[in-house]
Order: sequence, then structure tokens, then C-alpha cells
Amino acid sequence: MSRLSISVTLALVLGIALVMAVLNLALPEGAALHVPTYAVSLAGKYLSYAMLAVAVDLVWGFAGILSLGHAAFFALGGYAMGMYLMRQIGTRGVYGNALLPDFMVFLNWKSLPWYWHGFDNAGFAILMVLVVPGLLALVFGWLAFRSRVTGVYLSIITQALTYALLLAFFRNDMGFGGNNGLTDFKDMFAIPLHADATRSGLMVATAVLLCAELLVARYVVTSRFGKVLIAVRDTESRTRFLGYRPEAYKLFVFVLSAVMAGIGGALYVPQVGIINPGEFSPANSIEAVIWVAVGGRGTLVGAVLGAVLVNFGKTILTGALPELWLFALGALFILVTLLLPGGILGLLSRRRARPAPTTPATEPAE
Amino acid sequence: MSLRDTLLYVDGVTVTFDGFRALNALSLVLEKGEMRAVIGPNGAGKTTMMDVITGKTRPDSGQVVFGADTDLTRLDEPDIAALGIGRKFQKPTVFEPHSVWDNLLLALAGDRRPRFTLWARETAEERDQISGILQTIRLAEHRHRRAGDLSHGQKQWLEIGMLLAQKPQLLLVDEPVAGMTDAETEQTAELLREINRTRSVVVVEHDMAFVRALGVKVTVLHEGSVLSEGSIDHVSDDPRVVEVYLGR
Repeated sequence: MSRLSISVTLALVLGIALVMAVLNLALPEGAALHVPTYAVSLAGKYLSYAMLAVAVDLVWGFAGILSLGHAAFFALGGYAMGMYLMRQIGTRGVYGNALLPDFMVFLNWKSLPWYWHGFDNAGFAILMVLVVPGLLALVFGWLAFRSRVTGVYLSIITQALTYALLLAFFRNDMGFGGNNGLTDFKDMFAIPLHADATRSGLMVATAVLLCAELLVARYVVTSRFGKVLIAVRDTESRTRFLGYRPEAYKLFVFVLSAVMAGIGGALYVPQVGIINPGEFSPANSIEAVIWVAVGGRGTLVGAVLGAVLVNFGKTILTGALPELWLFALGALFILVTLLLPGGILGLLSRRRARPAPTTPATEPAE
Repeated sequence: MSLRDTLLYVDGVTVTFDGFRALNALSLVLEKGEMRAVIGPNGAGKTTMMDVITGKTRPDSGQVVFGADTDLTRLDEPDIAALGIGRKFQKPTVFEPHSVWDNLLLALAGDRRPRFTLWARETAEERDQISGILQTIRLAEHRHRRAGDLSHGQKQWLEIGMLLAQKPQLLLVDEPVAGMTDAETEQTAELLREINRTRSVVVVEHDMAFVRALGVKVTVLHEGSVLSEGSIDHVSDDPRVVEVYLGR
């Protein structure tokens, strides 16, 4: 997580995003260098996954909190954005109801549930993208960390959290579109969502916010706060005897990470055009942990690399041999754990010099 | 001895783990500025006593009074650390991925809240304090090394340095010379005496030669209570102590 690796990553992310956007918009379809719009949206999707990966690395790599439910915060941010996009449809829905989204009309609902109010306002929706995941993380983290729940037990309850949300969001009565989720979006900020320029704009916006996230995360982990956090990760009880309150440190970083994941989810939804309860699936959260492990835990940059590479592999493999993907993912995780404990970045820095001083010890702390 | 001079008063503390009495109505008085050695066979309750004083373990009964009237049994570890009680563990526990310098920086007395550490910048005063401690613990030339790469003895010293940085009134030191060479043991005794000039110290130790070298009042624990107390010569002549150490 040196200054150099962060700078290179920022330059690459922004550079590639801008080049792709220009090649998509400036060149006519059929030109040799034209980048098709689906590829732009695919890149945008990878970048929003990378935002989730950086959020996971922040808590797992630097605070030792192995969250197996982080995709829940990503999905909640996505739902908040999805609700805004649903309200933007207005009378263009199948039933032409100006107030109620299609699925509510279908369920014979007469009025908008109270928690849908305000989501027609973009500012309010963006606020909710930050507040809802942050608030859930605050309550969950406050309860878990002050009870000193750590290690595998914490991982299990994060998994239970996302599974509970999965079941809840599947229910039609919840008012979030049940099984089908929210989809059929038309506009965002009164701009047609399916226009090429919007697609490129969203992808570049995701790249910019990913870079901002990386910079914030890097500031946090290199500050004195971050040094305490790493100390908490490795020897939590020792920090207590020094007078620090590990629960306060974990809670702050957990909430920050949840908000970051939520922003990633909010950018994901307009680019893939749908959010449904499947996003809460525990497998998604586990996949995010694998991205980080592949790229290199505790490096931030590795999280971006891992998210993009693994998802690129997923796109290719699920296109060619869809039934093999889960096996390939499992094998990848086992191989990385056995052969590359430092991930791809660990391999690179081992070749150059000694491993970065902040990378976590491979053996578990006491 | 007047109450005013008492720094720590352990009063009838009992701790049981699943029916096993780790501490049995243990009472102990430590004066301000005193250095005390605590010895005893394995399972005598030495580490549990430290756990109770530092808030890691809550006693079933009894009180631990620090200073004039603070009952430590009602507080948790960070509160007790903030009151000025520092603890060094048996196994050296330093923050291995951090440099020696950063270990001391994190230990320096100061605001411990996230809202402070998030924006904190190293001040000239902090740098001076760290440099001073580095001299005391003889690690000045190792300041940029990763703490995990230090030798066992150096880690022990670093941990003592971290205790000093906390500026505690009372230091609890658990087996500081375990695994040290003779030369390191001697230097450690010297270091503890130096620290004792300004602070009270409780040393738990197995090494009788080291306890003798410290030349302080000794408390012998056995089965969770005080068996004998006095100078090292006094306690080693005590037939009950001889029996406990040599067996029946």
C-alpha cells in the first residue's frame, strides 16, 4: 500500500475509464477501436464491485473483521438508489400509475408505503444510500463489538445478517418488489438511463468515486487511527491495556466501510438495470472476500485488482462454461490461501523487496 | 504506614474459575513508590492477581482500591489504563507490524479516542519523549525496525518502554526476564530500579536470582493467598515457603 502503488492504481482506473468512455462516444459503431456500450457498463459493474472490495479490505485487512455479510450494505445502497429510479419511472410504467411503482399496483396497494416517501427526490435518495447501510452497520457493530464478539463468531453473525435480509426482501409484503426486485428503470436525474453518454458517464463517475474511496481508505489506515486499528487487528487485548477502546475503533471503521459499500451498490444498480434480493445472497459476500484474498489482503490496491480480475474471469467463464464457475471460484480460493497467502500483490512485493510492513501476519492473533 | 501512602490495596479478593479458587481472599498493600516482587509456584494466582488489578477479570468478592478511593473492580481495562496502571505481559506483546517508534507512539499518554487519533499529527514534544524512552530502553538505533524483527530480549525492553510511555503511576510486570540471557537479566534489573525511582512497580517473577538482585520486599503467593511476606532472606528461611517450593 505504498504511495506508488496507490498512485499507479488511481492513474490506471481513471485513465482506462476515460479512454473507454471516449472510444465509446467519439467513434462510430463498427470502427476498429469503438468500445461497445455493453463493455462500458460491464466495466462500470466491475468498478462498483471494486468499491465493495475496498470496503471489505478496510475491515478485514486492517481491523481483522472478516465480514461475510458485506454485500448486504452494497445491496442496501443499491435498493436506496433503485427506489429513486423506480419513482423516476412515473407514468411510463406498465400500469401508468404516477404514484405507485408497477409491482405495488400489481399487489393491489392503494397508497405508497411511508418508507417510500421522499425517494422521488434525488438528494434524499443519495442521503439514504449513505444513511441506511451506515445505520445498520452502526447498530449491528455497536452490539457485536461491545459484546466482544470476534473471529469466526462475528463472521457467522454477519452471514446471518445478510441471510435474514435476503429472506425479508424476498417477501412481497416488505414493499421492495419481492422476488423480482426493482427494475425497468428509465431515467436518472432526469437523464435517459439507456443513452450511451449516460452509461459512459456512470462508468466514469464510478471510477472517480472508487478513487476517492481509495484515498479516504488510505488516509484512514496510514493515520494514527490506522496504526491503532492494525494493533487491534493483531493484539486486541493489548490495546485495551494501553487504554484504547477497540470497540470504538472497529465501530468507526465498520460504519465507514458499510457506507463505502453502499455507494458501490448505488452505482451498481443503474448500470446493471436491476436490484433484487439475490444481491443479499451470502455467496455474494463470500465472493467479495475472495476478490480481496486474490488481490492481496490489507493492501487496498489488491482489492481493486482482485475484484476486477476475478469478475473478468467470471464473465468469461460463465459465458463459456456456466456450470463450472462455482467450482473455479472455490478452487481459486483454496489455491490462493495455500500458495499465495499475500495475494497477487503479496507476490509482486515479495519479488521486489520484503512484504509491506502493514500486511497482516498469516498466523492468527492470540 | 498511613492510608495516605497506600497506592494499591487489594482487599480480600476471591476469584473462582469453574469451582477452582484461583485467588482466595487475597489481601495485599502496596505503598507509593514501592517496588514489590511477587513469587510463588505455578498456579499460585500471580497472573490472576494482575488480571484483577487491570480489569481483565472481575473478582467474585473483595475490593481493589487504587489511590485514595477508586475501586478498580468496577472499571474495565481502558479505564484502568487511563488511571495510570500499566501492564507488561509474560509473553512480550508488542505490535509486530509496526516500527519500534510507532509502538512507543501508540503507547504515549494522550487522547485515545478515534476522533483524536484520526487527525493526530506527531508533535515535537512526542518526538522528544519517544527519543528519551528509546535511550532508556537502549533501542535508539533500532527505532525504525519492525518490532516483530527484534530479539526476544529487545521485545521485552520495548514493552517496558511502552509502559513508560504510558506514564503510569503503577507498573505491573509479569516475568520480565523469562528467556533472557544473564547479561540481559542484569540490565533489566537495572532498568526496573531506574523506573522505580519515579513509579511504583510490582514484579512477578520465577527467577530467584533476579528477585534477589532487585533487593525489594517479597510477597509469596500460594493457592491464591499470601503465604509469606518480607525480605528475600526472610521468606526463603520461612519453612512454609520451603515446603511449598520443594514439595512435601
